[in-house]
Amino acid sequence: MATPDLAEPIVAEDSQPRRGQFRLFVDAFIANRLAVLGLVLVLIAVFAGVTADWIAPQDPNAQNLARRLEPPSADYLLGTDQYGRDLLSRILHGTQVSLAVGFFSIVIATGFGVLFGGIAGYLGGIIDDIVMRIMDVFLAFPALILAIGILAVLGPSVGNVITVIAVVSIPQIARVTRSAVLTQKEEEYVQAARVIGLPVHVRLFKHVLLNCLAPITVQATLLVAWAILTETALSFLGLGVRPPTPTWGTILFEGKDYILLNIWWMSLFPGVAIMLTMLGLNFLGDGLRDALDPKVRTD
Amino acid sequence: MNFWQYLVKRLLHAVPVFVGISLVVFSLIHLIPGDPAIAVLGEQATDEEVNALREEWHLNDPLWQQFGIWLLNILQGDLGRSLHTNQPVSEIIASRLPATAILSGIAIVVSLMIAIPIGIISALKRNSWIDHVARVIAMLGVSIPNFWLGIVFIIIFAVHLGWLPPGGYHFSKGFWAGMEGMILPAVALGAAYAAITTRMMRSSMLEVLRQEYIETARAKGLSEPRVIRLHAVKNAIIPTITVIGMQIGYLLSGAVLTETIFFMPGVGRELITALSKRDFPIIQGLILFFALVFVVTSIIVDLSYAFFNPKIEYS
Repeated sequence: MATPDLAEPIVAEDSQPRRGQFRLFVDAFIANRLAVLGLVLVLIAVFAGVTADWIAPQDPNAQNLARRLEPPSADYLLGTDQYGRDLLSRILHGTQVSLAVGFFSIVIATGFGVLFGGIAGYLGGIIDDIVMRIMDVFLAFPALILAIGILAVLGPSVGNVITVIAVVSIPQIARVTRSAVLTQKEEEYVQAARVIGLPVHVRLFKHVLLNCLAPITVQATLLVAWAILTETALSFLGLGVRPPTPTWGTILFEGKDYILLNIWWMSLFPGVAIMLTMLGLNFLGDGLRDALDPKVRTD
Repeated sequence: MNFWQYLVKRLLHAVPVFVGISLVVFSLIHLIPGDPAIAVLGEQATDEEVNALREEWHLNDPLWQQFGIWLLNILQGDLGRSLHTNQPVSEIIASRLPATAILSGIAIVVSLMIAIPIGIISALKRNSWIDHVARVIAMLGVSIPNFWLGIVFIIIFAVHLGWLPPGGYHFSKGFWAGMEGMILPAVALGAAYAAITTRMMRSSMLEVLRQEYIETARAKGLSEPRVIRLHAVKNAIIPTITVIGMQIGYLLSGAVLTETIFFMPGVGRELITALSKRDFPIIQGLILFFALVFVVTSIIVDLSYAFFNPKIEYS
């Protein structure tokens, strides 16, 4: 089968004739204060991650054992860790890694999930049965547990964490895509495309999936939040990204041994960063869902 | 189709899922690059030890035969033995289960006691300040990683205030000592659960309050509290229960982290301990166990949904 370019024609074709729809979406989104707050929080996190190399006050891996485990002060705004590394710099660089893991794993999962779900939904029949039964098996595992199991075998590394999170997220995207495709394929424009003789892959990838973008986008946004949380949890358990690479999870992992010694700053601040980013992504996801749904929009 | 036919159909549907789950768990050991026996035992293992393990795990047989033997064994409850202690994996799981069951049980009860009333009030007073506060707190509950919440609880209530123990399983010192040790982990684990349930209860209530039978109940002169109690809450709680059941996987994942932080001797921490020792039979057994609990719960949820909701079509 031909491998159509998913991103390009969708954007190019979508923006022109549906500008009216797009304006409605933007208006609805801006009217939702929590959604805008979510977008702002996410943009702040992305900004911190992208510019970490410049805005971090110190090298995140520079050790200064003379000043280890210091509480927050004017010199070290968020304190230092067990090697005297600046916690603020580590959290900023950790933002970079955590966001990258969350984003790339879900981009990969969305690619495969849309492909599987789209094909299953559009072709139906035996292919649908086979694909969705396989997805059912993966959905039958609590996702974090399955991720732990696969990582136990593959070993901890950034690449493996991205792979594992992508693998366990594919069924979620596939399921959403499939049900959206099932509704769309009964629409008249799809019948029309078939009547004028467009081949099946053009109908599916250029016409049907284009109209399924809303639920897929919402699901992907919420999954990015889940992916970041999962990276954090896996790294915290020592199974994901390994120290000294800073991520929110590895900083919490290193801080774990100092909790009972009252070294609270190593555990508190990375968690605040996670919480604000999660809040942002969840508000953004909910806001997108409401703004993209014509029924809610007209309320 | 009546309820019993639906039950049989639902159980039959679970068979291929069960075989698929077993296949995935079985495959884990074969995803290890190189010889699994050497990878598991380590480079310093003697040829004898490696051969003995290859023999025990039937690694010399064709793959499909290995899978067949593994499937037969697990159907008989034989999940293999620990590489380190030689204890049967099923015994290990049974001995770790009480801590996890008590922790999850308390977490669910506490979260429902918080979530259902707040969800109802939030829906009844829609867009009031109570509703806004409840929604923001619920969103916070979904956004905070439960293991971090656990850490914050330890810092505040155990280290700073010294009110509660920072963890452990103290039921050997008596019931109340045990319960005291459960407070922090159960609340940390239940917080996100409560948040999800609150959101579900609220939207479910809003949906029900829009229905015509609520108007009918009001029109026939029932007092407002009776309308809410007899008609609205009763109907809104069905989808909420479904969501609670579907979130059991979340609870199991959360238990792994919560038990690790609070040093609870449950199945979740056992998984992490087994991982650090690369004790693969325990890892496989536990992952299979978690998946089975998840599958069985979703079957029970589906069946109870069908049982309690006479309107549903069995399809």
